[in-house]
Amino acid sequence: MTGPFVTGGPGPQGPEKGRKKRPFGHTVINLAHGSGGKATHSLVESVFLDAFANPILAPLNDGAVVSVAGRPVAFTTDSFVVSPIFFPGGCLGDLAVNGTVNDLAACGAQPLALSAGFVIEEGFAVADLERVVGAMAAAANAAGVPIVTGDTKVVERGKGDGCYVNTSGIGLVDERAVSISGAAARPGDRVIVSGPIGDHGTAVMLARGTLGITADIVSDTAALNGLVNVLLEAAGAAVHVLRDATRGGVATVLNEVAAASRVAVVLEETALPVRPEVVGVCELLGLDPLYVACEGRMVVVVAPEAVEAALGAMRAHPLGTGSVIIGEVVPEPAGLVLQNTGFGGARVVDMLVGDPLPRIC
Amino acid sequence: MCLGIPGQVTELLDDGSQHAWADVSGARRRVNVALLEDEDLKVGDWVLIHVGFALAKLDEQEAAETLQLLEGMAKAYTDELEAMASSSTSAPGQS
Amino acid sequence: MRYVDEFRDRDKAVALAVRIAELCTPGRHYKIMEICGGHTHTIYKHGLEHHLPPTVELVHGPGCPVCVIPMGRVDDAISIARTPGVTMACFGDMLRVPGSQGSFLDAKASGADVRVVYSPLDALQLAVDEPGRQVVFMAIGFETTAPSTALTLLRAKALGVPNFSVFCNHVTIIPPLRAILDAADVELDGFIGPGHVSAVIGCRPYEPIAREYAKPVAVAGFEPLDVLQAVYLVVRQLAEGRAEVENQYSRVVTWDGNPRAVEVIAATMEPRPHFEWRGLGSIPWSALSLRPEFATFDAEKRFDVPGVRVADPRACQCGEVLRGRIRPWECRVFGTACTPEKPIGTCMVSSEGACAAYYNFGRVNLKRSPAKART
Repeated sequence: MTGPFVTGGPGPQGPEKGRKKRPFGHTVINLAHGSGGKATHSLVESVFLDAFANPILAPLNDGAVVSVAGRPVAFTTDSFVVSPIFFPGGCLGDLAVNGTVNDLAACGAQPLALSAGFVIEEGFAVADLERVVGAMAAAANAAGVPIVTGDTKVVERGKGDGCYVNTSGIGLVDERAVSISGAAARPGDRVIVSGPIGDHGTAVMLARGTLGITADIVSDTAALNGLVNVLLEAAGAAVHVLRDATRGGVATVLNEVAAASRVAVVLEETALPVRPEVVGVCELLGLDPLYVACEGRMVVVVAPEAVEAALGAMRAHPLGTGSVIIGEVVPEPAGLVLQNTGFGGARVVDMLVGDPLPRIC
Repeated sequence: MCLGIPGQVTELLDDGSQHAWADVSGARRRVNVALLEDEDLKVGDWVLIHVGFALAKLDEQEAAETLQLLEGMAKAYTDELEAMASSSTSAPGQS
Repeated sequence: MRYVDEFRDRDKAVALAVRIAELCTPGRHYKIMEICGGHTHTIYKHGLEHHLPPTVELVHGPGCPVCVIPMGRVDDAISIARTPGVTMACFGDMLRVPGSQGSFLDAKASGADVRVVYSPLDALQLAVDEPGRQVVFMAIGFETTAPSTALTLLRAKALGVPNFSVFCNHVTIIPPLRAILDAADVELDGFIGPGHVSAVIGCRPYEPIAREYAKPVAVAGFEPLDVLQAVYLVVRQLAEGRAEVENQYSRVVTWDGNPRAVEVIAATMEPRPHFEWRGLGSIPWSALSLRPEFATFDAEKRFDVPGVRVADPRACQCGEVLRGRIRPWECRVFGTACTPEKPIGTCMVSSEGACAAYYNFGRVNLKRSPAKART
């Protein structure tokens, strides 16, 4: 008794040649534009993509691949804004390094070098800055990448929320990974996630203290370049897509992949790995773990013949012990992500407009 | 209006605030239990939590009975399926 | 999760579905209204309709307290939020609801201090923690949520918090039900009753509805098996020629509800002679305002609110969706001019609005999906 069949999601489409500029429709930026969901995509496509238009940017993958003396070099940037700055499992510094290392890893590149730019608010405690920087050093060490250049700016009190960090990174794309792209998913491929979802977003939400909920949840922030390396060793060019699921969660990256690859992704609700405490928090607040941010989880789309090898290699790595197959790629309805529910029905997993919000209804 | 989640009472606060700690699958929150003051709430009881308030005490007996009823229906159905399957195999010539 | 997972069991669903189909009279089409938006959410999130025969249609009703707030009231709330010195505390559900000049989120982007809270007590705590701010709590919800606002008001009074007030938009469930039945422009066979409203008011208030309009009512919980069992109870009543109130959600709901909860509502709030409902027009005695003894906490008295009645955008058919006259995809702007990203009406924004639920969860005819059969 559902309604008419819709071919292809009305969600964000992969960029097409000759696409007309979509009017942005907002005169001021609001918080939803930073959430990673539809509002963010709308902003990127309407304001940034058109202004910067070039073929390297167009695929909108986690990183860009530029050719340097004939070799493919991945180049990515990420800015880190988190409140509170220190939370169970890590801090701004861990996110700043791991986030960029992971974006490079999602391009199939080992990180060669990182930069770090700081915008610090007047009045920010030096001790806190030292903690953040110390965490960055430790995370960079663990990932095997040097932070080779940086920049510092200080803004007046009230204009900076403590401290913002931007990191950019470069890395050489592994020759087995040159075809990895959000547009490379094919019907029959399997979708793997490297561990339980929603840990980071939940940990940060609780750490803000405004919800009055406590739980033993820590952020999953981690550098996944080592995991990606063993994956490429085991499955090579059978790996079609790599995405680290950050803000917007697993649902958002899979929607992006479905749109870019013009396929559908079908998830199995019973296969999704979620810690019981994360389930508890999400049920209390009316949130869906599929949309809650991770910071140390890789979503892998791999050809079916290599899925066992991929899974085995990931599970053998300390950061991938919880890897599971959560779904598969099918031809239709193109651009949509669906989920077979544990109850026996099915539902669409659309991209959210903005941040997932606690609800009472 | 409808998001209510069952949580288990882990501690009753006797500071006069009419609050208790409740656990939902490992997530813990302080919950106001003033609406259940006639219920003789104990640690281990389950309550329905909505916007930080306990609206009702879960009746575990009723829950068990509802589940039993549903299980009975499920079993009756599978029995029927089995009966149909075996009757069709034991009667040659019938489709 | 206990008391949740057991009620999501697929095997029990299959058996219930078979019994429902057996009870259906061949050739008869059944329209059962699920009143509560939370049920709409459950139905779509779990793909419940997969288990129903094509002749049983679940029609969405007006039980979404966000959806039924008219634009003018949203504008009033935003005008309070924009007042200098005000901190507007609201539930996450309200953040993107469109008024005629934008939503709370837009107001926040333009400088208003809007904060999402999980509980009304958190809003009161904000007022205690920030004595320099005027904290206003946007109270929404049916009888489920009203007791929480009531207890918060009692506490505010006991503590004597001077900088706290409530903008009260609580509504009650029986008047809109009668309004829909009296309008008689939808042929309904029965109702799935709102389980958490009933935890407060009990099952008794539905007895006149069942009796006077001869419609079965099954009060249901919010897990998919609860809703499916309630459908079974309604269809069984119809097959047996009964029109009664049955309590499917007996683990939470008692026939008399929670008397203490009803008491605290009565101690702090009183029915409004009139209240405008989006799409349903003005319904007498259908909403609550603060009692005179709590006037100091009444945001409508503390602030000048425009109180302008704003007509819904011409294209908006939320009212017809809320009354069950049309399904979401039958709305002329569904999915085109009205999407979750750019909503025209509240049904598309609220997490339990029928249109949002359908758009986010159900807009594809999934039976035609070539996805492999589940193992």
